Amino acid sequence: MKVLNVVGQRVPMHDAAAKITGQAQYTDDLVLPGMLFGKLVRSTVAHGRIKSIDVSKAKALPGVKGVITGMDIPDRVYGIVPKAKDEHALAREKVRYIGDEVAAVVAIDQETAEEAARLITVEYEELPAVFDPLDAIKEGAPLVHENTPGNVSAQIHKEFGDLEAGFAASDYVFEDSYYTHAQNHAPMEPHAALASYDALNGDLTLWSGTQIPYFLKRNLSTTLVIPEQNIRVIKPKVGGGFGQKIDMFAKDFCACWFAKELGRPVKFLYDREEVFQSTRQRHPMYLTLKTGVSKEGKIIAQKITAHADGGAYNSTAPLMITLSCFFVMIPYKIENLVYEGYHVYTNKPVGGAMRGHGIPQPRFAIERQIDQIAKRIGVDASEMRLLNAIEAGEPHPAGFIINTCGFADSVREASKAIGWAEKRGKLPFGRGVGIACASFPSGVANMSHLASGCVVQLSSEGRVSVLSGAADIGQGAETVIAQIVAERVGVPMEDVHITAADTGLCPLDAGTFGSGVTVRAGNAALNAANDIRAQLFPVVAEALGCEVDEIEAANRLFWVRDDPDRSVGMRDILRQYQYIDRSLPIVGRGAWVPPADSATTLLTNNGNLSPNYSFMTQAAEVEVDLETGRVNVIKVLTAHDCGQPINPMLVEGQLEGSILGGIGYALYEDSTCIDGQQHNPSFLDYGFPTMMELPEMEGIHIDTDDPIGPFGAKEAGEGTQLAPAPAIVNAIADAIGVDFDRLPVTPDMILAALKKQREEAAGEAR
Amino acid sequence: MCAHATAQATGTEKGRAMGAKRILTLNVNGDDYEVVCAPNTTLLEALREKAFLTGTKRGCDLGACGACTVLMDGEAILSCITLAVEAEGRSIRTIEGVSDGGELSPLQQAFVDHGALQCGFCSPGFIMSATELLAENPHPERAEIQRRLAGNLCRCTGYVKIVEAVEAVAQGAEGGAR
Repeated sequence: MKVLNVVGQRVPMHDAAAKITGQAQYTDDLVLPGMLFGKLVRSTVAHGRIKSIDVSKAKALPGVKGVITGMDIPDRVYGIVPKAKDEHALAREKVRYIGDEVAAVVAIDQETAEEAARLITVEYEELPAVFDPLDAIKEGAPLVHENTPGNVSAQIHKEFGDLEAGFAASDYVFEDSYYTHAQNHAPMEPHAALASYDALNGDLTLWSGTQIPYFLKRNLSTTLVIPEQNIRVIKPKVGGGFGQKIDMFAKDFCACWFAKELGRPVKFLYDREEVFQSTRQRHPMYLTLKTGVSKEGKIIAQKITAHADGGAYNSTAPLMITLSCFFVMIPYKIENLVYEGYHVYTNKPVGGAMRGHGIPQPRFAIERQIDQIAKRIGVDASEMRLLNAIEAGEPHPAGFIINTCGFADSVREASKAIGWAEKRGKLPFGRGVGIACASFPSGVANMSHLASGCVVQLSSEGRVSVLSGAADIGQGAETVIAQIVAERVGVPMEDVHITAADTGLCPLDAGTFGSGVTVRAGNAALNAANDIRAQLFPVVAEALGCEVDEIEAANRLFWVRDDPDRSVGMRDILRQYQYIDRSLPIVGRGAWVPPADSATTLLTNNGNLSPNYSFMTQAAEVEVDLETGRVNVIKVLTAHDCGQPINPMLVEGQLEGSILGGIGYALYEDSTCIDGQQHNPSFLDYGFPTMMELPEMEGIHIDTDDPIGPFGAKEAGEGTQLAPAPAIVNAIADAIGVDFDRLPVTPDMILAALKKQREEAAGEAR
Repeated sequence: MCAHATAQATGTEKGRAMGAKRILTLNVNGDDYEVVCAPNTTLLEALREKAFLTGTKRGCDLGACGACTVLMDGEAILSCITLAVEAEGRSIRTIEGVSDGGELSPLQQAFVDHGALQCGFCSPGFIMSATELLAENPHPERAEIQRRLAGNLCRCTGYVKIVEAVEAVAQGAEGGAR
């Protein structure tokens, strides 16, 4: 049993006091001398050719300092996935959705910038538009991008095993179709960017609410044609991201362009409508599942066909559809599987990474279909999941290496805790229980730029300074990294000070996505802390008269493992370190990349696509109001294998937040878009769960100790977002006997289904 | 700084159309701030952009998220849909006025200890709403906490730990609200 002092503890976030007193600085809180304010002009048509843009009135307005259109900046496209770049900071010839950026202004204050933006007139030649991916792939459909015939900008076709032989060997084959809708991340902090430029050195600094500082830096360099070494991206506090800030936007490019052109700092701040309309949303997806099972419920073969509504641009398209494909291969063992996925352009707001990234959609379909199949063939839905459960150490059809797996236990524990045996199918009409399962990678491997670096400095006073590239967006990455360093160096949390996500100071990091930060950046921090030990411990060993591997360290104290009375304090050791003429601070460096056979193969090759995998089963109990059709989620519990939590309090926070997000996804959050126009781009009209919708929650820790994760940790940020929605919809099916196949399940849908049910019953009675 | 803001804004047609700006005296956290405001300047703008009290957050600009909550004469209000002129002669308390010097209020301490914050963007608003609640009723039940804080949105925490933090103070575990 490992004895740990800082890791595994419920340590408050290191910046909690700054946040709770209002002192924490988010991008819009920053003010620089002489700062100008920007505003973007956005397309009012869903698809059109720009005939002319008249900026004369805007330019003439007193206080306006700059106006640009797409023709005034370099003709360079940007994008988070290098091979899928398709977006201009400002549109050049064409606009592709309502909200597409066509011009930008800066002025001495915000209201002047807004007035100038209103004075810009754009003349469009409207083009036929397409709003549904299934229409967009039809022959003769309007092309959103002329270079993409059929509007399919990314696709994947993967076959594992022998699908047709699998279907032939099945006792039953079922085909069902599902649809999932657009959910907005709705981070509380609207997107913002602030840039400044040093005219002497040619240095550009951008403060941006981003999850991916280093990708942003690279794209700024290539699009604005500024050498990368002259660009510094600093991530201030970020007020939530959930994947929406795993991308870069017109505000970043325009702030930098104007700062360089005008020699003054420039800030752009999006309003809430812009966040809804012109950043990113969860991809709507059409899914068809053809599944062959044995009469006991063993899944023999499965074919999944998916059409994702990508909106007007790619964002993460190839990555999203690849993740969607590979990670349907967990947590069930499916020997014969085909996944065919398409990312389709439409003239709508852009799909992007959102907590779960392409996986909640098939997860909903799979978990719904398992319940439906179980009912059809007369097996228990919980037992059926157990029968198909992945186990650790087994060969995996896609080549995943599953070192630790608490999945089967999670099914048992969650079923027991929700009262499956007593409640499933046995509660009064209107009340029901449901479960759903999930697994998630701790970041992806086999892809370019997935390394993290870390530098740890131990000063002569014993202050530990950490430099990490990891981007804390509120989930607590900095705290987790600081805990790992504190544990390993042997100091309390308060001795550790972390500076992160500043590309000018910190080592390279991929950023916050794929739920990989704790394992990847955490292991880099662990390696850097080990480097400190390698330099410091010979001096400790000499002082204690022992071998290096006999030393224990905690709370600024070093002692001999089997003789704790022989000890020495950190201050004494650092003094001795200096006396023998060694230089301080001691600097430890570390890096880590997920082990992989070769780099840049994720999009084409099979293999172990993640350092490790979390597993979970979530169970929900719901009550359906038969008069109003409203669903009350009474209880959600999660049996969770996330390895050894570095900070259980933060893991709980991830889980609890995911459950509320899952309730919204299941029941009402829906970014409605009709003919390309979003109809609810505000918090009032969109509506996500409030404190009133808070169900009873329970977490059950399934204990595993992963060999790859730092101190046995696995991911805990995204996997928990996969199963709440299908668990809730499965519980609704148990409550009222209706199998919904699309999200969200609204009161209207429930009332219509209940009415149909009554009419059918009356028909049978006659 | 205020004079600078005046000079900036008078150049715009909108500024002229909205009528004359004037100097308002806003009492915030016990201090009088003289700020130049147009008739349509919101209290949120006055606090953030003219008094540089940026702890109060702008989340939605239409009174839907609660991130901009401040206390006006002790009552929790949404500063993004309150005009600065309405705040003249009133006593405004913002997040910057909650902690006692370098010491957190018991409510703030409870939020920290219970992990009742993640990204922190909604946290100042929650503290203000919960401070009002506990001033009115030092021992609210869970249902009342949920009802009274339902106007504050949080996308990170799932609210559980926020409820627990307020309950801890309500039950005296954190020494009562200030």
